[in-house]
Amino acid sequence: MTSTVDGQLPGVALPKSELLEMYRLMVLIRRFEEVAAEQYALGKIAGFLHLYIGEEAVAVGAIRAMDPEDHLVTHYRDHGYALALGLDPRRCMAELFGKATGLVGGRGGSMHFADASKHFWGGYAIVAGLLPIAAGLGLASKYLNQRRVAVAIFGDGATNNGAFHEALNFAALWKLPVLFLCENNQYGMGTAVQYASAVREMYRKACAYDIPAEQVDGQDVIAVYEATKRALDHCRSGNGPYFLEALTYRYRGHSMADPETYRSKEEVEEWRRHRDPITRLREQLLTHNVATIEELAALDRAVEEAVAEAVRFADESPDPDPATLTQFVYADPITVS
Amino acid sequence: MAREITYRDALREALREEMYRDERVFLMGEDIGAYGGSYAVTRGFLQEFGPERVRDTPIAELGIVGLGVGAAIGGLRPVVELMTINFSLLAMDQIVNHLAKIYYMFNGQFTAPVVVRTVEGFGQLAATHSQFFENYFAYVPGLRVVAPAVPKDAKGFLKAAVRGNDPVIFIEHSLIYRNRGEVPDGEDFVLPLEGAEVRREGQDVTIVSWLRGYYLALGAAEELARAGIECEVIDLRVLRPLDVETIVRSVQKTNRLVIVEEGWKSFGVGAEIAAAVQERALDYLDAPILRVASVEVPMPYARNLERLVVPNKDRVIEAVREVLYQRLPAPLTR
Repeated sequence: MTSTVDGQLPGVALPKSELLEMYRLMVLIRRFEEVAAEQYALGKIAGFLHLYIGEEAVAVGAIRAMDPEDHLVTHYRDHGYALALGLDPRRCMAELFGKATGLVGGRGGSMHFADASKHFWGGYAIVAGLLPIAAGLGLASKYLNQRRVAVAIFGDGATNNGAFHEALNFAALWKLPVLFLCENNQYGMGTAVQYASAVREMYRKACAYDIPAEQVDGQDVIAVYEATKRALDHCRSGNGPYFLEALTYRYRGHSMADPETYRSKEEVEEWRRHRDPITRLREQLLTHNVATIEELAALDRAVEEAVAEAVRFADESPDPDPATLTQFVYADPITVS
Repeated sequence: MAREITYRDALREALREEMYRDERVFLMGEDIGAYGGSYAVTRGFLQEFGPERVRDTPIAELGIVGLGVGAAIGGLRPVVELMTINFSLLAMDQIVNHLAKIYYMFNGQFTAPVVVRTVEGFGQLAATHSQFFENYFAYVPGLRVVAPAVPKDAKGFLKAAVRGNDPVIFIEHSLIYRNRGEVPDGEDFVLPLEGAEVRREGQDVTIVSWLRGYYLALGAAEELARAGIECEVIDLRVLRPLDVETIVRSVQKTNRLVIVEEGWKSFGVGAEIAAAVQERALDYLDAPILRVASVEVPMPYARNLERLVVPNKDRVIEAVREVLYQRLPAPLTR
C-alpha cells in the first residue's frame, strides 16, 4: 500500500488541504441537495428543483481548477456550481425558498443562481442557450486582452441543439478562449442519449469544428480537475476553445416531478454503489493515509451543520418586498406612461 | 447648427462617433464588413476600424445575438446587426429568454446592454422577406424597442442606445434610408429612448404611425389639408416604452384616431395603442379608432398583389374620412 508522509495522493500534485476541500465541497453539494429535496417535500421549495446528486465531482473538479477571474455560465442544474464556487449555502437555500436574502433575491429560484462578484453569470434554463453567451464572454476576454477563460457547463442534451453548433463554430472560427464542458449524464430529461444523439460520445462533435476534445471520468474529481486545468491552459494560451466531456450520472430524477420510468433501479444502484464520486475520493484519502476517518467525519459534521443552518436562515428570511416587483426591468429611467 | 443628411448617413454618423468615443463599442453581423452591409450602413467601416471591431459573422442569428449578450456581460458594448427583421425569428430565444431577462432574473446584478439593429420593409421580396415584427419585441418587458422615422431620431436614438444600459431593439426601414432630414451638429447629440412626437398639428383627426407609415400619414395629412381637413400627425418613434400620454392628449383635442401600421392588423401594435387610448380617453372619442394595416396574407411576390397588401396614402385618407363620417357612400348598384 502506497502512503505519503506529506498528505498527497500518489501521482497527484494537489496538497492535502485542496483534497479535503474537494471532499468537503462534494459532501456539501450532496447534503445540501438531499435537504433541499426534503424541503421540497415539505412545501418550502416549489417549482422546478433539478438535483445534481451523483455529478458532484464535475462541478468541484472543474471549478476548483478555474482562476478566480474566469467567467462561468451554466445550465439550470446549477446548485452544485454555486456551492463549488464557495457561495454561501445560506443564500443558496434562501434562493430555493424564494426569499429576499437569496442569491438573486428570490427572482430566479433553483435554475437561475448567479453571483457577479464571482463572474458566475448565471444558470440558464433554455437548453443550449448559454453556449452562445459563453462564446460572447470569450470574445470579450479576447477583445479586452484579458487572460480570462469563459467556462460553459452544459448537458449532453444541449449538444443536439442548433445553439451548440453555432457557438462552437463561432468559438473556433474566432479562436475564443472558451472551455466547453459537457456533463454527459446519459439522459436529456427522460430520453437516453442513444435515442437523442446520432453520436454517443459528445466530445466527438467538437472535431467538426477542429476543437481539441477529450473525455474524462466525471466521477473522479481529480481527473476532472486535472483535465480542466490542462484545458484552461490551452484556452488561456491563445489556442482557442477546448471541449471536455465528463461522463457522469444523476442519481435522482430530472426534476422532483420525474417518475423515472425510463431507466431501471438497478442501473441507478450500479452507479451509486460502484461509481460514486464521494465514496471514491473518500476511499482514496483513507487508503493512502492522506486523511483519517476522524478528519473526514469532522468535515461531514461541519457540512451537516452548515446545511441545517442554511435551512434555518432560509426559513427565517423575509419574502421579497412587493415594492421591488417592478425593479430591475430597465436599468435606465423611463418617464413616459 | 444642423445639417440635412439622409437616414442612412445619420446611422453611419452615430455608429462612427460612438466607435471613436468608446473602444468597447464593436459591430457584429452578416456581411457588415467586406460587403459593406446589406443596406450600406457600414460601408467602409471595416477599412476604418479593422476586423476586431467590425466583425463579419456566419449566417447564424441566434449565435450573433447570443455572442452579443455574452460580450455585453463581459464588458463590451456590442451593436449587433440582424440583416432583416425576418431573420430575427432565429434569434428569438436569445432575445426573449436571455437578453430581455438577464437584468431582472439575476436581481439587477448585471445588465446586457446589446443594441440589436435590424430592418424591415418590402419590395417584391415575397412571403418570408417582407414582414413586420415590431410587435413581437414590443411585447417583451426588459427590451426597449425604437423605430425612428427621421434622420434626427435615427442618430440620436442609436447613440443613446449604444451608451445606455438596457438592451435595445433598433428597427429601421429599408424604404426610408434615403429620406433626408435635419440633424443637429455635435458628437454629444443624443436623444432619450422614449416619447412620441407631434410632428404636424391639426384639430380634426389624430394619425399615429412610425417608420414608413409616418410618411404615409404625413402625405395623407397634406392632401387632406387641401380639402380643409387638418390632421395631427404623431410619430410614435418608440414602441416600448409606449408613450400613450402624447396620443391621449392629441385625441382629447381631435376626438378621432387613425393608426397606420405596416404589420398585420390582428394582435399588432395598433391594437395595443387602440386599447390603451380607450382606457384613458373613451369619453373623448367621437368615432371608433381605425387601423390601416396590411391585408392578412403572406406577402405575395407579384407587384400588383403586393401593392394591395401594404397600406398606402389613399387608404389612410379613406380611414380619416371614415372617422369623420365623411366617407363617400358606396355607389348604388342596380
